[in-house]
Amino acid sequence: MSTVAIAGVGMHPWGKWGRNFTEYGVHAARAALKDAGIAWSDVDLVVGGETVRNGYAGYVAGSTFAQALGWNGARIATSYAACATGAQAIDTARARIMAGLCEVALVVGADTTPKGFLAPNAGERWSDPDWLRFRLLGMTNPAYFALYARRRMDLYGATSEDFAQVKVKNARHGLANPNARFRKEATVEDVLASPVVSDPLHLLDICATSDGAAAVVLCSVEYARKHGIANPVRVAAVSTVTPTFPNTVIDMPLLSTDSSAVVGVPERTFKEAIGQAAYEEAGIGPEDVDVAEVYDLSTALELDWIEDLQLCKRGEAEVLLRAGDTTLGGRIPVNPSGGLACFGEAVPAQAIAQVCELTWQLRGQATGRQVEGARVGITANQGLFGHGSSVLLSV
Amino acid sequence: MTTSTPVIEGWFTTGEEPRLLASRCTACSNVVFPPVSGEAGAAAFFCRNPACDGEEHATVELSRRGTVWSYTDAQYQPPAPYLSLSDPYEPFALAAVELPEGLVILGQVAQGYGVADLRVGSEVELVVETLNVDETGERTIYRWKPVAA
Repeated sequence: MSTVAIAGVGMHPWGKWGRNFTEYGVHAARAALKDAGIAWSDVDLVVGGETVRNGYAGYVAGSTFAQALGWNGARIATSYAACATGAQAIDTARARIMAGLCEVALVVGADTTPKGFLAPNAGERWSDPDWLRFRLLGMTNPAYFALYARRRMDLYGATSEDFAQVKVKNARHGLANPNARFRKEATVEDVLASPVVSDPLHLLDICATSDGAAAVVLCSVEYARKHGIANPVRVAAVSTVTPTFPNTVIDMPLLSTDSSAVVGVPERTFKEAIGQAAYEEAGIGPEDVDVAEVYDLSTALELDWIEDLQLCKRGEAEVLLRAGDTTLGGRIPVNPSGGLACFGEAVPAQAIAQVCELTWQLRGQATGRQVEGARVGITANQGLFGHGSSVLLSV
Repeated sequence: MTTSTPVIEGWFTTGEEPRLLASRCTACSNVVFPPVSGEAGAAAFFCRNPACDGEEHATVELSRRGTVWSYTDAQYQPPAPYLSLSDPYEPFALAAVELPEGLVILGQVAQGYGVADLRVGSEVELVVETLNVDETGERTIYRWKPVAA
């Protein structure tokens, strides 16, 4: 099977631009094609990350982007996997390249998002857990993040200052990132002075929702070489595993976990399994990782991910944070892009944006936020309904 | 005369010692909450245990007491379809509670209690309180109430 290379990456800056998502997607796609030095006419597969908030064009995103770029006869696919949408789209493209069914694939995710709490669709739906959690409990997304954060405090001695320090770090990382929406330093005092949304999380602990787009051009390593890309960043693994019963950590938007009574607690939690599957597929371990881009929907979640990816032992992420290990220049920098703290979440684009950032890092092109000598990078995210992803890149 | 009815049918019993209701697979005894709904549009009961192809279930009561897995609160009014009982809005607490049946269940925390009354591992018990009022009267919901140590 062919090894899959990342020929090009591109983004549309994150923000609240109020434009149609297709515009952002085409901007990112053209940037990625230009970066690859590959013509749109040579693309024979387009995979779009579906956006559920932008009407029918969003449901058929692969088609929407292909048409906007001008029909070129390429095959199309559209993926939806909540926050893992972009990685699932990359996986679809990768599989066709590895199977020899496709030479050059363009993967695009773009979104236009509303303000404030992400609320469920309108209407009464008494059998829909995503509707019931609001109707019966008033359980918002930040409330789920807060449950995980509080556990870190009560079990491992994390403090609000630790969580704030994650924001301080990521805000500093993102200062020089031209695609970041928020490019402003924050202090621990700023975070602690912002209103508490769901105890213990303050407003500045929680990521915003943004407009934005990201795209990658994938091809085989052989194709890349023929086109003058001698040593491309390679896709070492794409993990999109689902939970293994029983899923014993409460997941948004559910009201309960599975019961562990019948078969016992599984060896790994769902989030641990996502990263482990990526390591196993790539044949490398967490000790080989130089840089990580993880889903900091809240500051505290970044700390959870560091442990889920086995970058340290359970309960020790605060030790890494306090020692500066996860800061640029430290042992294992986390979210050098600035993370969701600086971007805000643009759901179908976000997992692709993580891959864009790691590609720039592994090429040594991450100006102002470069992890020196980075050769292996890992991404991680988790979305609703058993979706999650981890992508391992190497050079 | 005011009436008081559960906001959702079949999820909990009422009275002096209310309990949550769950669906238990008749083949492997795996328990799920919320219970299987009879609502139109709800999926039929398929046991979630991948080693079991059970499609029938019995309704069972869950333990009334459990331990706190984690907790938080809602300091801003959640968006619709949440209905606030008070105007202006009054924050409330939420807890995820681990029951002896091996599952963790989310609920609001009983009125008058907040995050300061909770710890991971502390004990709570189920109560039923008013969630909102509609044309039929008070609509009730299950809640977790801290048990004095």
